[in-house]
Amino acid sequence: MSTRQFGQPIKRNEDPRLLTGRALFTDDVQLDGMLHAAFLRSDLAHALIHSIDVEGASRRPGVAAVYTAGDLGEFWQPGPLLVPPPPVEQLEFHQRTQVPLAKEKVRHAGEAVAMVIAESRYLAEDALDDIFVDYEPLDAVTGLEAALSEGSPLVHEDLGHNIGARVTQTKGNWTQAEAEADLVIRRRFHYDRGTAAALENRGIVASWDEKGQRLTVWDTTQAPIAIRNGLAAMLGLSEHQVRVIAPFIGGGFGPKIMMFYPEEVLLAWATLLLGRPVKWIEDREENFYATTQERGQVHDAAIALKGDGTILGIKDSFIHDAGAYAPYGLTVPLSSQCTLLGPYVVPSYHSEFSSVFTNKPIVTPYRGAGRQHGVFVMERLMDAAAKELDIELVEIRRRNLIPPDSFPYNNEIIFQDFTPLVYDSGNYEPALDRALQLIGYQEFIREEQPRREANGERVGIAVVNYIEGTGIGPYEGARVTVEASGKVSVATGVGTQGQGHYTSFAQVVAEQIGVAVSDVHIVTGDTDLFYWGAGTFASRGAVVAGNAMHAAAVKVRGKILKLAGDKLEAAEEDLELIAGRVQVKGVPETSISLGQLAAEANPMRGAVQPGTEPGLEATEYFGPERGATASGVHAMILRVDPETFTLEIEKYVVVHDCGTVINPLILEGQIQGGVAQGIGNAFYEQLHFDENGALRNASLMDYLLPTATDVPNIVSDHVETPSPLNPLGVKGAGEAGAIPVGALFAQALDNAYRDIGLEVREIPLSPNRLFELVTEASAGEIV
Amino acid sequence: MDQTITVTVNGREYECSVEPRLLLSDFLRHEIGLTGTHVGCEHGVCGACTVLVDNEAVRSCLLFAVQTNGREVATVEGLDGGAQALHPIQHGFWERHGLQCGFCTPGILMSLVPFLQENPNPTEEEIRDLLSGNICRCTGYQKIVEAVQLGARLIQEKSS
Repeated sequence: MSTRQFGQPIKRNEDPRLLTGRALFTDDVQLDGMLHAAFLRSDLAHALIHSIDVEGASRRPGVAAVYTAGDLGEFWQPGPLLVPPPPVEQLEFHQRTQVPLAKEKVRHAGEAVAMVIAESRYLAEDALDDIFVDYEPLDAVTGLEAALSEGSPLVHEDLGHNIGARVTQTKGNWTQAEAEADLVIRRRFHYDRGTAAALENRGIVASWDEKGQRLTVWDTTQAPIAIRNGLAAMLGLSEHQVRVIAPFIGGGFGPKIMMFYPEEVLLAWATLLLGRPVKWIEDREENFYATTQERGQVHDAAIALKGDGTILGIKDSFIHDAGAYAPYGLTVPLSSQCTLLGPYVVPSYHSEFSSVFTNKPIVTPYRGAGRQHGVFVMERLMDAAAKELDIELVEIRRRNLIPPDSFPYNNEIIFQDFTPLVYDSGNYEPALDRALQLIGYQEFIREEQPRREANGERVGIAVVNYIEGTGIGPYEGARVTVEASGKVSVATGVGTQGQGHYTSFAQVVAEQIGVAVSDVHIVTGDTDLFYWGAGTFASRGAVVAGNAMHAAAVKVRGKILKLAGDKLEAAEEDLELIAGRVQVKGVPETSISLGQLAAEANPMRGAVQPGTEPGLEATEYFGPERGATASGVHAMILRVDPETFTLEIEKYVVVHDCGTVINPLILEGQIQGGVAQGIGNAFYEQLHFDENGALRNASLMDYLLPTATDVPNIVSDHVETPSPLNPLGVKGAGEAGAIPVGALFAQALDNAYRDIGLEVREIPLSPNRLFELVTEASAGEIV
Repeated sequence: MDQTITVTVNGREYECSVEPRLLLSDFLRHEIGLTGTHVGCEHGVCGACTVLVDNEAVRSCLLFAVQTNGREVATVEGLDGGAQALHPIQHGFWERHGLQCGFCTPGILMSLVPFLQENPNPTEEEIRDLLSGNICRCTGYQKIVEAVQLGARLIQEKSS
C-alpha cells in the first residue's frame, strides 16, 4: 500500500455537513400532515392513580387524540428485559420493566401517565394542562439502605421487598486472605447519581404509510436494529415492514441505547392508529426524568494486605440503585463488580451486591456504566492502605500490578458479556511511568508542592490506574461495495452519535481497497441498508463493527485482485491497489480503475462462470470471543482556593492503551470528552432528589455541566498493546476518559489536605461539600 | 391572534403570520425550515440555539419570533466563506476536530462570528471565556479552543 490510511489523524468525512447545518437530526424531520405528541408526567415519585380525566384535553381545538394506559388495550405491556441475568450460581433476579403509560400507580417522578397528540407541539402542551389526575401520594423509596430496611415502602408491592437482584461472585478465598493479612482496612464509599445530558434530547418521528404498508421511524437511538425488531413484534408487523433510521444523533453516552422508552412504542402505535406521522421531541426538563440516569451505589469494602503492601484479597458488598424499573438487567452493577479488580493482582475476591428498586428515574448504563464505582473503591482502598503501611502511593500500586507476561489474565468471575473476566492483554507499568513523567510527579512532590505550600497555597497531586472491559460481543456486520463510480459504500448496523464512525470505519476500509478515505461512504443506523446488528455501546463500535468492516474489505480486496488479475493478465501477487486503481506493481500503465472493475463485475449481458457472485461486494460479521481490555493511567495536579473551595486543574495527564489506534485525532477527542464528563461527575454534577423523590435541580441552570472554563487542556499519550482477540488489534476507547476521574479527584484532594488527614469517600463533590469535609476533618471528626 | 412579521434571515426576506408566543428557534426551524439551528435546553443555558440578530449573538430559544420583526437574523446556514466554501471558522473546526456529535456546533460558530470580529487575536483565556456560554458535552473544549485559534488565523490570512 503506498499511502497508509489506518492510524492517521485524518479529518472527518462527516464534518462539512455538521458544520454547515445540513446534517439531519431527528427533530429536523418534517413530514406533511405531521402531528405532535406531548406527555403528561407525574410530579409525584410514588402515588396511586385513582382516576385520570382527559375530557377537557380531548375537546381542546387542535387535539387529535389523548391516550391513557386504559386506551392501549393489549398493547399495554411492560417492556422487554434487554439483558438477561448472567449465568452466576445462586443468583436472585426479579424482573420489573417499564410500562408505556403508568396504570394504577406511578413509580418515579416524570413517569408518563397520558399522551396528547395535536396539530402542533404548542397545542399538545396546552392540552396537558387540561388533564386532571387524582393521585394518592405514597411514601417514596429514595435511600438505598432505607430501601432494604424493614417496613420500607415498596416500589413493586407484588415483590414484597425492593430487591431487584442479588449476586455474589468470588475468586480465591477471602476468609483465608483476611486471616493471613498483616492489615485489613474497611471503608464505606458513596457514589451518587448524575445524568448523561447529551446536548440533543431524545426524539422520535413515526410515520405509517398505508399504501406502502410500511412504518418508518426516525429515532435518537444507539440501537436501531433492535428497535426495528421490537417494534415489528409489538405491532404485529414483519421486520421488513419497519424501517428505523438513527440519523445524526447529538450525543448518546449510553441512555440512548435504553429500549424501549415508552415514547418509542407509543408513537409507533399512534401513527398506525391515526394514519398520520407523529413527532415527539423531549424537552430538557423531561430529559432529567424520562431519560435514564446512572450511578447511585453504596459500597462497604475491605482490603487485606501483607506488610509490604501486597494485596491478599478484597471483599466488597454494595447496594446498587436500579431506579423504578430495571430493563437493562444487571449490566451496571456487574461492571462495577468486574472493574474493581483493576490492573492489580488480587488473589482473593468476594463481591456481593443487591440491586434495589427506588422511586427514582430508571438506571441504565451511562458512559462508564458502573466502572467508575469499581475504580473508585479499588483506588481509594489502595490509597488508604498506602497511608496505613507508610508506602508511597505509586509504589504500592507498582508492587501489585499484573506483570506483562501474565496475559491472558483470568480473574475467574463472570463479566457483563457473560464470559469469564479474562484480560486479553496489557502492559501497565510503562503507562504508569509515562504518566508520572508527564505530570512531573517527583518534582512536584519534592520541590513544587513544599514551595507553594510554604506560600499558603493548597495544591495536590494524584495518579490512578484503571482497566476497562471494552468491545464486547455479540457481533456486528458490514457490507462493503465498490461502486461503478470507483467509490466505496459501506453499510453497518451500529448507530453513530459523534464518535467519527464515518471516518474511522472509512479508514479501515480504505486501507484495504486503496482509495482515499473521503471516497468511502459509510452508512450507519438505517435498518433498510443493513439488516443485522446489536448497537453502539460498551466502547465496542471500533472493535466489533470495525473488525467486521475489515473482514468485508479484505474479502472485497480479494475479489478485486482476482478480477483485475484476469483483466490485466497478471498474477494477483503482482498487483497493487493504489489511488482507486489496480496496477501491476511498478507499472502504472498496466492498470485498471476500480470503477471499471466494478462495472465488469456486474455484466449486463453474456454468460458468467457458475457460482459467480456479482459485484465487488462482500458482507462479513465479526464477533469476538470476549471483550478486549483497555487500560490507562490518569494523573492530575490541582489547586484549591482555600476560601471558596473552587478548584483549578493545573495539569491533567492521560496515558491510555486501547490497542492499535485507527485515528489518533478522533481518539484524542474521545479521551478529552470523556475526561470532561468525568470532571463534571466528580465535582460539578449531582442530581439532588428530596425525600419525596422529587428532583430539585432539573434544569441546566441548576445542574452544572462543565464549561470551557472548568475543563483543562489534557496532555495525552498512548501505549499500544494490540488486542490478540481481533485482527485489527483494537480495543475500545469511548468510555475510558470518564472512568477514573472520581478516584483521581479524591486522591488529589486528600493530598492537598494531607495535613488534616482528609479522606474523601464519596463522589460527586462540590465546593460546598468539600468545605464540609475539610471542616469535619479539621475538627478531627471521622467523615 | 397571529401577527404578521417581516424578518430578513440570511439576507432573504420572509413575511410570515405567526403566533406571538412562537419562539424564534421554532420559527427558524419549523416555519422557514432552517434546521441548522439546534435546540438543547429551551431555557437559555446551553447556547446550541445561538443565532445573530442584527449581528449580535442571541439565544433564539429566549426570543419570540415577533421580536425580530424588521430585523436581520443570521443562522449557520448563512455562514460561508463565499462561493459556498466553508467559512474560515468552519475550516478551523474541521481541521482541528472541534466537533464530535456536532449538535452544539452551529450555536458555537454563531457565537464566534461577532466575537472574532471584535477580537481578531483572542488569547486562550478570552476564547474559553467566550465558549463558557456554550455547552459541549462531547469534546471537552480543548479542540474547540484550538479550532477557534486556527479560525482566527485563517480569517486574518483571508483579509490580509
